[in-house]
Amino acid sequence: MRIVVGEGSCGLAAGAGKVHAALTALGADVGITGCIGMCYLEPIVDLYDGDALAARLVRVRDEDAERIAAAASSGDLAGVADLRISAEDEDFLAKQTRIALRHCGLIDPESLDAYRAADGYKAIANVLGVGGAPGLTPEQVIEEIKVSGLAGRGGAGFPTWFKWNAARKAAGDEKYLICNADEGDPGAFMDRAVIESDPHSLIEGMLIAAYAIGAAQAFVYVRAEYPLAIVRLQKAIKDAEAANLLGDNILGTGFSCRLRIKAGAGAFVCGEETALIESLEGSRGMPRLKPPFPAEKGYTGKPSNINNVETFANVAWIMLNGGAAFAAMGTETSKGTKVFALTGKIRRGGLVEVPMGLTLRDVIFGIGGGVRDGRKFKAVQMGGPSGGCIPESLLDTLIDYKALGATGAIMGSGGMVVMDDSTCMVNMARFFLDFTAKESCGKCVPCRIGTKRLHETLVRITEGKGREGDVELLEELCKGIKDGALCGLGQTAPNPVLTTIRYFRDEYDAHIREKRCPAHECAALKNYSIDAAKCKGCTACARKCPAKAISGVLKGPHAIDAAKCIKCGACAATCKFGAVTVG
Amino acid sequence: MCKDCAASDLSKLEPVFKEFEGDGHALVTILQRAQEIYGYLPADVIYRIAERQGVSPAKALGVATFYSQFRLKPVGKNLILLCKGTACHVNGADSIAAALKDELGIEDGGTTEDGLFSLKEVACLGCCSLSPVMMINETAYGSLTPQKAREIVRKIAAEGTAS
Repeated sequence: MRIVVGEGSCGLAAGAGKVHAALTALGADVGITGCIGMCYLEPIVDLYDGDALAARLVRVRDEDAERIAAAASSGDLAGVADLRISAEDEDFLAKQTRIALRHCGLIDPESLDAYRAADGYKAIANVLGVGGAPGLTPEQVIEEIKVSGLAGRGGAGFPTWFKWNAARKAAGDEKYLICNADEGDPGAFMDRAVIESDPHSLIEGMLIAAYAIGAAQAFVYVRAEYPLAIVRLQKAIKDAEAANLLGDNILGTGFSCRLRIKAGAGAFVCGEETALIESLEGSRGMPRLKPPFPAEKGYTGKPSNINNVETFANVAWIMLNGGAAFAAMGTETSKGTKVFALTGKIRRGGLVEVPMGLTLRDVIFGIGGGVRDGRKFKAVQMGGPSGGCIPESLLDTLIDYKALGATGAIMGSGGMVVMDDSTCMVNMARFFLDFTAKESCGKCVPCRIGTKRLHETLVRITEGKGREGDVELLEELCKGIKDGALCGLGQTAPNPVLTTIRYFRDEYDAHIREKRCPAHECAALKNYSIDAAKCKGCTACARKCPAKAISGVLKGPHAIDAAKCIKCGACAATCKFGAVTVG
Repeated sequence: MCKDCAASDLSKLEPVFKEFEGDGHALVTILQRAQEIYGYLPADVIYRIAERQGVSPAKALGVATFYSQFRLKPVGKNLILLCKGTACHVNGADSIAAALKDELGIEDGGTTEDGLFSLKEVACLGCCSLSPVMMINETAYGSLTPQKAREIVRKIAAEGTAS
């Protein structure tokens, strides 16, 4: 049997590299694949019998190498039975429909042959009319994408065909195609997974787009924080060039396209397309006023089209299977599938691709298994710093651009961070505003100063210094920022504040009026006390307390002087008897 | 230029300038290459890059200070990137930050006196399923607890460098 180790960033971080090395040291022939999306089960090792998956082994450790190698060489799987994936966990994959992630975790991302064996580069060959195919005109390609209903997966959900068409029709011979791989939303990592696990699918999608708009130059703008993605994409580009799938006169058709990687240098605002263009040009990534849109004046003033990684990853599939097959999935206003990064307090976290039109409950509870550690679901954060928190009462909302927008959150790039009752929603809003205030480029006043004032007010509330009228002040500020900010970053920055006020107003009121944090998260609002019945009088807490606020005699109950307590939590962390209670 | 700054060996930049000759849009990329060479961006290096790219020193410094990747000071032998992304926040990244700052005696952006560690809080490392997570010299350490984080840096300090 063939041994294949899942080596995306998550798998490697969980120890896949050590497992690989241990297997190689035993003389086993080990192949690699990308990320299957079941991050919570990493490291994962697959055993293949020919092309058929014979066994998927999960949570593998390097000390398991010997029996895995033995099982692979003998074909007897009894010795690794305890490592095999459970039926329940297999369900995680079975409930998905994978298009953008169709090859992820199944093929070797560093092998062009593996991608070709999985129908790779057939779509571009068909489009260009290679090998007897009739070929398509650029207009026909755009029409097919229009039929598919594919919309931008980076966040805004703008129809892809419309942007391609605008760039195609823009005047000028020199046009550029840009892939936005500056995946900046904290809590979203699907773009990284696609590049690491199936880089050729991105290249093929971009080639089709370049042909459609008439671009001979293309860029992939990748986050510098994704070193493995850059390495794998570099190799894929090199291999594709060597096979005449990139560069001049591709497959002898006269169509040429050069693809280059530009590493981003770390700025969230560069996810905004005009800021990304500024950054590509070597400047500070500050957004430009639109219009003119990039389709008219983009990179170096030339017509440019920008899509994100997940959008491109759908393109080859659509051209092979037809736009209608893609449009058959989803709702009236949202077609196809969407990838979500399911994280936070979730039992089964990872990458999940589902058809549009499922409910949030289907994804979080049906696939993700609900909240872990037996706690209670409170909210799911969608769309990162531009999105919002959706409460339990709205869990039956459909996954659809319009329906999610109506909640005050957004589909966004697909981050889904699940929170339980230990997460404070006011502190959550503070967390996001801390982020947006730091990432604001500073070009326009509403964003630069508005996000700072929002953040200051939220800090005050979480520190127990909130005042009556603060919520109204926040709402007024939010409106001003939304109306006045120059780009998407500023216009959407108030969303986390507005949605938490809308759905969790009681938590704001508890902080402001009662000086109480219902989730017991805000340090300044915690009240520590010792339960005399549970206290054994071991003195451990009194010795740890940096403020000398705890008194008591050996073997007698201790007490905390609230006036001296600095609420550091050292006593609660030290007590072995659970006697310190936090109120 | 400041009198305290040691002069950098600017000849190391020449191959980079050669590679990007005539590319007026390569400022960010050249700064990235320079940081790879010197470990950070010394003032004289920024001046030289500005001169060769035909832009003002203010523009080059403006770019260098805009992006979070660029450092204007030398960094410790082991660079700790502590993830403060949403999933890590929800899973207790603040307590990891407090433990690391206490253990190393430095704040975010600081470097220990012995030059062994630098600490930097970052937005998201994209390893959300392992949250809370930190990355030291491109190796990720996941499912951290304050105690586990302390033990990891102690181990690295004992070995002198990260494996």
